[in-house]
Amino acid sequence: MMRLVPPVALGLLLLAVWEIACRALQVPSYLLPPPSAVAVALVQRAPLLLSSAGITFCMAFQALVVAFVLGGGLALAVSLNRSAEQAVRPLAVALQVTPVVAIAPLVVIWAGLDHADRAVVALAAAVAFFPLFSGVLTGLKSADPDLERLFDLYDASPVQRLIRLRLPSALPFILEGLRVAAGLSVIGAVVAEFVSGSGATQGLAWRLLESGNRLRTADMLAALLCLMIMGLALHAAVGAAERAARRLLA
Amino acid sequence: MAETGPAVAAALRNVIVRYPGRAPLGPVDLTVAPGEIVALVGPSGAGKSTLLRLLAGLEKPSEGTVSGGAGHGRTAFVFQNATLMPWAHIQANVALPLELTGLPRDEARRQAGQELTGVGLGDRLSARPRQLSGGMAMRVSLARALVTQPDLLLLDEPFAALDSVTRRRLIEDLHRLWAGRSPRPAIVFVTHDVEEAVYLAHRAVVLDAATGRVSATLDLPGSLPRETGWRSEPRYLTAVERLAASLAGAMGVTGSAP
Repeated sequence: MMRLVPPVALGLLLLAVWEIACRALQVPSYLLPPPSAVAVALVQRAPLLLSSAGITFCMAFQALVVAFVLGGGLALAVSLNRSAEQAVRPLAVALQVTPVVAIAPLVVIWAGLDHADRAVVALAAAVAFFPLFSGVLTGLKSADPDLERLFDLYDASPVQRLIRLRLPSALPFILEGLRVAAGLSVIGAVVAEFVSGSGATQGLAWRLLESGNRLRTADMLAALLCLMIMGLALHAAVGAAERAARRLLA
Repeated sequence: MAETGPAVAAALRNVIVRYPGRAPLGPVDLTVAPGEIVALVGPSGAGKSTLLRLLAGLEKPSEGTVSGGAGHGRTAFVFQNATLMPWAHIQANVALPLELTGLPRDEARRQAGQELTGVGLGDRLSARPRQLSGGMAMRVSLARALVTQPDLLLLDEPFAALDSVTRRRLIEDLHRLWAGRSPRPAIVFVTHDVEEAVYLAHRAVVLDAATGRVSATLDLPGSLPRETGWRSEPRYLTAVERLAASLAGAMGVTGSAP
């Protein structure tokens, strides 16, 4: 608990400076509202922000699941065959380096304008795909070569080798990939919602757009704060799972 | 030994292994009798570990034949590191070979427990590998190798990373475990330590790094397991000197310091 004191103290100090500066310099509130105004906006719009956060979280989570199933599944298939890996890796890298913003309009068209949420999930999944694919594949190939030889020696079947050796060896890598992908899926969901943003999806990004268009800067900052908290919570949850797994494997 | 069971536990005949961009290993002929302990000695890079993997069937020769050990499921291997699965407790680690060959889990675990008791770890069955010292981890590795009752036990510098006291004790344990089995398994033990080789084996085979061939075979004196005080016997000391000279020859041909 004691180690929480310095960051909290710094945060409070910065908030105080911000508040005082806004009042002293009479900064227009559309440019930079004081923290007190953001707090008021946060309370007033709490129901709306919560439901929007729920929507964004759901989309990001669905994207993470889709990316995990596709990325992990593909990595699993590829790990069994060397030429399959050589075939797939450039494609995966190509997907990785293409900016999600650039493919968003295309995906929105494919998903159908009535299904903006699907487009958001697909785009967020595309962003989260690579760390999972890469993490699972690296992990599956990370088993101790001597243990692999031991499994050779006793004529282990591919399934035995996968379940008893490669998956346990891969677990830390999978969780590391999941941690990175969880953050990316939120980013992907927000970016995708911005691009497809027509109010068809009512996530936090839409709240940001909407408030921005009306110059309600305090509302924007409140939505931003929600996003930040969501990202931190996701990061902490996956981080805790990762540490638990590492303890088990250490 | 020829009268009881097969006359050969494992054999390499005219075996050659070619590597891209390097001098080939072999041709090598090596026959291991049932119950015999052979020390495979040579400078690093001479191909000792490769020969061991050939005997295990983990690698295929470019030419020649490997018989006995390979492929009949009664060969066990102990690696340089304990090579345990860090996520599993040691009983599960030792049960692994039995479970892989289809034995029901409960029976495999029971036999693993017995084997661990045999190496002095019967009270640590649910310990994780990281909780063990290097010597204990190597005992677990030994138990895992012995649990399938192998006819051929292959050890690749298993005690090299241990301190000399632990190493000596493990060699005594290996002799005791070997002598306590019926039939006794044949053992091929790779080492670069001359004293270790002379102490533990019936026969030492010296591999030459430059030619990739067996440069000498020495029959070692005395009976196994060793009597106490064997290390100060003249016969033992003479054999150490002879093997050291052979090994120096095997290294000298390369013209470089070890």
